Amino acid sequence: MKSLQADRHHLSNTFTQLEVLNSADERVTALPRFKEKLLSAGLFPLKAIRVDTLQVNLGKMCNQTCKHCHVDAGPDRKEIMTLEVMQHCLNALANSDIATVDLTGGAPEMNPNFRWFVEEVCKLGKRIIVRCNLTIIVANKKYHDLPFFFKDHKIEVVSSLPYFTSQKTDAQRGSGVFDDSIKALKLLNDVGYGKEGSGLILNLVYNPSGAFLPPSQAGLQADFKRELKRRFEIEFNELFAITNLPISRFLDYLIASGNYDAYMEKLVNSFNRHAAQNVMCRSMISVGWDGFLYDCDFNQMLDLKINSGRPDHIAFFDPDKLSDREIIINQHCFGCTAGAGSSCGGELT
Amino acid sequence: MKTYYNPEDLKKFGSIDEYQPALAKKFFDYYGEVFKEGALTAREKSLIALAVAHTVQCPYCIDAYSTDCLEKGSNEEQMMEAIHVAAAIRGGSSLVHGVQMMNKVKELSM
Repeated sequence: MKSLQADRHHLSNTFTQLEVLNSADERVTALPRFKEKLLSAGLFPLKAIRVDTLQVNLGKMCNQTCKHCHVDAGPDRKEIMTLEVMQHCLNALANSDIATVDLTGGAPEMNPNFRWFVEEVCKLGKRIIVRCNLTIIVANKKYHDLPFFFKDHKIEVVSSLPYFTSQKTDAQRGSGVFDDSIKALKLLNDVGYGKEGSGLILNLVYNPSGAFLPPSQAGLQADFKRELKRRFEIEFNELFAITNLPISRFLDYLIASGNYDAYMEKLVNSFNRHAAQNVMCRSMISVGWDGFLYDCDFNQMLDLKINSGRPDHIAFFDPDKLSDREIIINQHCFGCTAGAGSSCGGELT
Repeated sequence: MKTYYNPEDLKKFGSIDEYQPALAKKFFDYYGEVFKEGALTAREKSLIALAVAHTVQCPYCIDAYSTDCLEKGSNEEQMMEAIHVAAAIRGGSSLVHGVQMMNKVKELSM
């Protein structure tokens, strides 16, 4: 499977995606705008309350091509963060109170300067999260020692595993991904990740394999814990249930499968004011591979840069100016406010 | 093409209050209470609803509770097992009446 960009798909254009989301189609326009929902909830304009997390996207290169990927990542994507931009990130972190650095991609480990960057962030005493797709650990000999590297730097590992069976996992993430993910989880467990008392955190991410909302996080976590232990002797800390946002490849899936209208309607009808109050963009900044700043990784993939009038590049990072900025919103934001809410850390309520 | 069932009608379920608001309110309040977490989990109730939907052969209910079961964390294997429970009871209910047939046949026969 290729990325939308390699396929020259019309949805690889972010402007086209926004056009679809704000389409003049009769049924879609009947849906309220996200701004209207925020207004009625007394939350517009949505403003940041602090910046405690810097989420750094190290590039779109990935060894997988998942069907739902909001980054449109894959082996054919070559955009990765340079050393120069990484240095800007380090300068920004050194001059701010930001406590957490959340590394994502693509597969962040495929950036040739990944390990150097982690070591430098470690020196600053920041908490580091790596969003590891698991299969990268077994994809090539040069990545086999990643569990030890993660352990040595006390990195928190967050990994996607849509289900505890191969059928659902492979349907979403590609053939053979489940078996490789299980191998990688065992390697992480072997060095202590997910084991009680080790202090090494291994969290898993569930997201639905289709056009429906995620189940309750607590119930699902209990299922995953029981089944992964019973079937594979695998342990982990927490499960985060995340909603698929209607952008990029998931948007393509929704339209191609005829589920787009019903899914948008479901997201809108499930708007939860409490979730909207707690959306992750209010406490984080997302940095793109090229150094531009966004309110979240989803806005980054739609090329919706942080509010104009602020420095919008990491080279000019100013946490004070960013901490009360107005968040850029659009129709895809309904994905984070539906039901129990959704964020990179799972439910919001 | 006109059909008796229109998937869009499911969204209009609430509009039954147009002709009888008081009874509709009682029904929807009751419905909401029934599906809350109780002695049975919301997930178990959704699986029961899916099985019953197949028994009463309501296409609206089948669509609604197929989605709801997934959103309550059930998997396809569990959902199909629930439908087999419905099928077993439906089949069994026919067959157990076979005893009535046998009783009558024996009553009529020498």
